[in-house]
Amino acid sequence: MPELGRAALVAALGLILYAALVGGYAALRGRRRLLDSAINALLAACAATGVASLVLLAALAGRDFSFEYVAEGTSRELPTGYTLAAFWSGQAGSLLLWLLVLTAAGSAAVALNRRLVREVLPWTVPIVAAVATFFALLLVFVASPFATQAAPADGAGMNPSLQNPYMMIHPPMLYLGYVGLTIPFAFAMAALASRQTDERWIVATRRWTLAAWTFLGFGILLGAKWAYEEVGWGGWYAWDPVENAALMPWLVATAFLHSVFVQEKKNMLRVWNVVLVAGAFGLALFGTFLTRSGVINSIHSFTQSSIGPWFLGFIAVVAGASIALILVRLPLLRARTRLESLVSREAAFLYNNLFLVAFALTILWGVVYPLVSEALRGVAVTVGAPYYEFFAVVFGLPLVLLMGIGPLVAWRRASLRSLGLSLLWPAGVALAVGLVLLALGAGSSPVGLVGYTFAAFVLAAIVLEFVRGTRARHGLGGVGWVGALTGLIARNRRRYGGYVVHAAIVLLLVGAVGIGGFSTTREAKLAPGETMQVGDYRLVYEGSDQRRGANALELRARLAVFRDGESLGALSAGKNRYLAEGETSNEVGIRTDWLRAEDLFVIADQFNADGTVFLEVLVNPLVNLIWLAGLVFVGGSLIAMWPDAREQRRLAQRFADGGALARA
Amino acid sequence: MEIVALLLAALLTVALVLFVARPFLRPSAQESDRLEQPSATELERTRLLEERDRALAALKELEFDHRTGKVSDADYRELVGPLRRRAAETLRALEHKEGAERERHEADVRA
Repeated sequence: MPELGRAALVAALGLILYAALVGGYAALRGRRRLLDSAINALLAACAATGVASLVLLAALAGRDFSFEYVAEGTSRELPTGYTLAAFWSGQAGSLLLWLLVLTAAGSAAVALNRRLVREVLPWTVPIVAAVATFFALLLVFVASPFATQAAPADGAGMNPSLQNPYMMIHPPMLYLGYVGLTIPFAFAMAALASRQTDERWIVATRRWTLAAWTFLGFGILLGAKWAYEEVGWGGWYAWDPVENAALMPWLVATAFLHSVFVQEKKNMLRVWNVVLVAGAFGLALFGTFLTRSGVINSIHSFTQSSIGPWFLGFIAVVAGASIALILVRLPLLRARTRLESLVSREAAFLYNNLFLVAFALTILWGVVYPLVSEALRGVAVTVGAPYYEFFAVVFGLPLVLLMGIGPLVAWRRASLRSLGLSLLWPAGVALAVGLVLLALGAGSSPVGLVGYTFAAFVLAAIVLEFVRGTRARHGLGGVGWVGALTGLIARNRRRYGGYVVHAAIVLLLVGAVGIGGFSTTREAKLAPGETMQVGDYRLVYEGSDQRRGANALELRARLAVFRDGESLGALSAGKNRYLAEGETSNEVGIRTDWLRAEDLFVIADQFNADGTVFLEVLVNPLVNLIWLAGLVFVGGSLIAMWPDAREQRRLAQRFADGGALARA
Repeated sequence: MEIVALLLAALLTVALVLFVARPFLRPSAQESDRLEQPSATELERTRLLEERDRALAALKELEFDHRTGKVSDADYRELVGPLRRRAAETLRALEHKEGAERERHEADVRA
């Protein structure tokens, strides 16, 4: 039913345009019924986009190759899971997902905040709708998923790299993150437009921002896991432009999540916060542009298309309008308090923000420079991993250190003596860990050694925070130690959830340093029966075999793995020859040792006619802490996001009092 | 199939249009079609309430940091005075505003 899909998209475009124009008029003129109608239009657009999405899903499930989109991205032999995931693996489908999530999130955010930010809401609706209009226009006029053709006998199939379970969930996570950042952006701009620059827009969007940031961060890690397993070079993050495209808004959103505390506690950084929100949203759009326009060569980019100029135009409009609005409302945003001391929690947040934003801008320059060079000078240049790794160390290590210092510094100001006393234990632990590691030979990677020492410092500081807080609550009486700990977390969810997220970043750091600084690589050409030694592991090549998989011919080298003379079982690595797609992919063999968090990683580079195989084998120490970090990160975010009924009541009362008492 | 699709599309469009037009079709419970704008008094009151909550939260935070040993006794003594004064000033300002509003309201009723 492509006609139904097309009609639903046209209806969605009409409704969103209505919501943008009528909503804007209602906000300008203060018309209640028009605003209600615009809100309904946004919700109706979500329903229409949902119908269009169902039509596309039905076409994919039925492998209806009369849909060009279905024929280009699937085949009869493609397993059903990947066939349905083709919804977001192509250009038009991913834009449809953007629109669906945006209209759903926008409608939900408006519905949930009608009372809290009633004066801001009239402007929120047209801003969300204006962003959605852009995507609806693209879907109707530039990249429709409902273009039809005479159905071919079979589809072209899916890019083999995309046929990986992580790829089924990684893109939607990123989109949820990108789209989610629209909500704080829309509320922040609406607060400026309506001159309601008090704390309410922050309260209204707090969980939306956290959720978007969590989806984005988790999506980045899922993408890394996919790259680790599927691209098969033995690494996990290649500073690829598309990877960086997601990292930049995440870094800026991270800065915002910290600096917003300063606004809440001290009423400072008000301009900075709206700049960060606008920056994170702009970078999310830029990330989508990079992924979808085909302007860059990337292992994550699967599209060459004509939507690039549209995106650039839209990003320019968003940036121009945001800057103009912020400048016009600058007098309303002026801070009413000042930084009392350079040694205080708010100062630590400020330093953290500077490092995060500087890192994001450095990455942005690395991504943009090749594009600028090619456009202006016609010279193709590449900014490689060493550039990013240098700045990751320059900005990353101080950030890690601040993660440990920040929580131990008091708000307003702390004397150097009390700060020194607070830092004593974590610094002692860090020093001890550093010396032990040095004695164990970790000095082979100086950066790694410093990273691990800082990681120990942060972990010790987090543990100290939990211990001190629990002891203080227990000291109040009437509650046991477990009750004191759970009460501590429940009453300060954002703070202690944040500490869990910090612990996740430490795990990530330990894993990244492990694989980056201490991995071992060996290459060998083996005949059946021959062995090779890599670190503690001995591999015996037993021969190769080939079998027919669901939609590919699977060629595998069979290996027996031993460590310290003990058999660890079999491992296979090889290549898949995809029949419909006519492409070949590397299928690496990974043996995980969960106790050591270590991977034995085998790439079968080449199978020779004489029965030999060329193997590249890596031992990646601690790499699994990176994936564990993803789970801890989500856990910490959930704690921070979990609704606190007491706080909700207090805020509701405050804002109700503000209006009701004034009218009394 | 095409006819069915077109019929479904038409039904969908009608349903969506009706939903969008709903605010104009039902008698509004609100007396006025105007969106309420906060008065200067309301804005000032919201600002003071925010300030009150901020001051009280800062005091609570300082007490907790002192109990956990993050803030020394000397630092605590130095910081707690200004924070208490700020909280008291905000509460006084709120009471003053409330009193003034009550008087104005009573004057309006008498008139």
